[in-house]
Amino acid sequence: MAEGQTGKPDTLVAAFEIRRQQYLDEHGIAVATLPASAADPQFLKRLYRAMSQARAFDAKCVNLQRTGRLGTYATALGQEAVPVGVASAMRERDVLVPSYREGGAQIWRGVRMDELLIYWGGDESGNAYADPRVRHDLPVCITVGNHALHAAGVATAFKLRGEDRTAVCVFGDGATSKGDVYEAFNVAGAWSLPVVFVITNNGWAISTPLERQTAAKTLAQKGLAGGLQVLQVDGNDVIAVHDAMQEALEFARAGVGASLIECLTYRLNDHNTADDSTRYREHAEVEARWPYCPLKRMRAFLENRGLWSEVDEEALQAELASSIEHSVALYLAHTAPAVDSMFAYLHAELPAAYLAQQADALQHVDG
Amino acid sequence: MRCNTSMAEVNVIQAINMALRRALEDDPAVVIFGQDVGVHGGVFRATEGLYQRYGGKRVLDTPLAETMIGGLAVGMSTQGMKPVCEIQFQGFLYPVLDNLANHASRLRTRTRGRISCPIVLRVTHGGGVQAPEHHSEAIESILAHIPGLRVVIPSTPAKAYGLLLSAIRDPDPVIFLEPTRLYRSVKANVEDSGDGWPLDCCDVVREGDDLTLVAWGAMMQETLAAASTLAERGVSAEVIDVATIKPFDAETVLRSVSKTGRCVIVHEAARTAGFGAEIAAILAERAMTALLAPVGRVTGYDVVMPLPKLEKRYLPTTGRILAACERSLAWG
Repeated sequence: MAEGQTGKPDTLVAAFEIRRQQYLDEHGIAVATLPASAADPQFLKRLYRAMSQARAFDAKCVNLQRTGRLGTYATALGQEAVPVGVASAMRERDVLVPSYREGGAQIWRGVRMDELLIYWGGDESGNAYADPRVRHDLPVCITVGNHALHAAGVATAFKLRGEDRTAVCVFGDGATSKGDVYEAFNVAGAWSLPVVFVITNNGWAISTPLERQTAAKTLAQKGLAGGLQVLQVDGNDVIAVHDAMQEALEFARAGVGASLIECLTYRLNDHNTADDSTRYREHAEVEARWPYCPLKRMRAFLENRGLWSEVDEEALQAELASSIEHSVALYLAHTAPAVDSMFAYLHAELPAAYLAQQADALQHVDG
Repeated sequence: MRCNTSMAEVNVIQAINMALRRALEDDPAVVIFGQDVGVHGGVFRATEGLYQRYGGKRVLDTPLAETMIGGLAVGMSTQGMKPVCEIQFQGFLYPVLDNLANHASRLRTRTRGRISCPIVLRVTHGGGVQAPEHHSEAIESILAHIPGLRVVIPSTPAKAYGLLLSAIRDPDPVIFLEPTRLYRSVKANVEDSGDGWPLDCCDVVREGDDLTLVAWGAMMQETLAAASTLAERGVSAEVIDVATIKPFDAETVLRSVSKTGRCVIVHEAARTAGFGAEIAAILAERAMTALLAPVGRVTGYDVVMPLPKLEKRYLPTTGRILAACERSLAWG
């Protein structure tokens, strides 16, 4: 910077800008030329279907919890475009490293709904994932932000082995305050790792709103410090999320390096089923966000193009209700885990030191 | 001796280097990483020459971030790699505990065996080398309290070589504690045989009938010295090197105490909830009738690990061990 602008003998050495990407406005009207990925009507309908499935499944989970048939569950109401936009751009051989609101992405990739129910119902066997397409995907990470480093590790494995695969990690706005996430950005940048970090910025970390989470103007810019390619997208616009993901994945595949995508969305429900957001959040604020709902937007877009009708919607909802009920039935019929399973997976083989404890547990199976 | 083996007199650091070299040679999934482990060869030279021989895809210098080293190891291991990481000093291990306790030790259970974390975390252990603050801690009991982790600690070059190879070959996470004080002070002939030392086994290093001494790591030095002094006094002490703290091989200790009736446990970690308390509890549960005297403990104190001026007043000495043995022998 020339002397005179700051009054100090300094020089401008770096300057940054953050871009926000959006294709559809909240009415489903295209505000920009759509990307090539949006040319296929069947694919667009698949995106809408997956978001609808995520929402219907989410509602069912809340319902099951409220009726005493599921454990505490973290809802994803209103942010369905993020997991669906993310997963739909990934290839099977990529690896998803999810937080706990990415059911929509997990289902897209091959995790079964009954497996998710089994997990949220309090049984680890729901993380075993029977479908071979997701055998390398990590289970949900409950400890906020730890998994950003796991994704960097997954990507390191791919890079060291010279594999054409990418790790994809999704976490919330709260996670960006954690050191783990900074350390992950840093190593991903320093080593040009094939990883894409996705922030689901839904505005709230339980009761803490974004403005008390950070003074940064965007969360995307936090990636700049690590040398990542960063972008902000309208996270309620599934076409924008998918397109940004596709670009970031190509960037990783080309060996150029890591990316960070900040998706702006909103948590329309409580943090989880144990939370009551009326204690800290105005009802009016939530009401004001409903018009930006990602499903409403995509449906309007499809209807405007003559790709969707009320009849289609009814058929879809009936089909989803039926498949979800089927999954619920599988879940409810799932055998409770054997007492022995506590010990069976502790190590590859149970060390002799624990045999007495195992015998004790088996002896007192009935309490 | 097999044709591909060689016998050499090595110290603990060299034995560790030998095992790392062997592991890199044998298994392409093994990757070494940590701060300064590459070009530099590590602050203690444990990885000396490995980067030059195996290259930057097998031996990686990381940015300076311990949490990252732990998290990266978890991620890499979930995809079939075998990370062998170095944390330079035990006081710097605390940020890694999150990944050890929440992820590395749990993923096999959490996924019903779909994903496992075959990680080895090498960390220095203990004091007595005039090191700066946070460089001399002994926190094996914190690690031992985490289900799903193995915690091992060698006391000789041969065990350093064999236990490290076994740790790397184990399909689950192992914390490999390296007694800093022994790095260059103990030498022995070690054969580069590729043979591992058994995990989950205590090692009876000196047989005796009158009293059992139990120790691990650098404390084996003072403990063996105490046993020699006792022998001069006509007391035959059996000495057990725990070597593998978790899972703990209680049977070997119980067998010994059922013979001697007396036990003194030595560790440099702080006393309260130290691993000696676990061993004493097992003896109370399972050797009550064999005991002729209360179980004795000689440990670091429940104080902040002092800086070098006072560390020798903190660490158990041969004199303190002998005093505890005399108290035990005075019973019955």
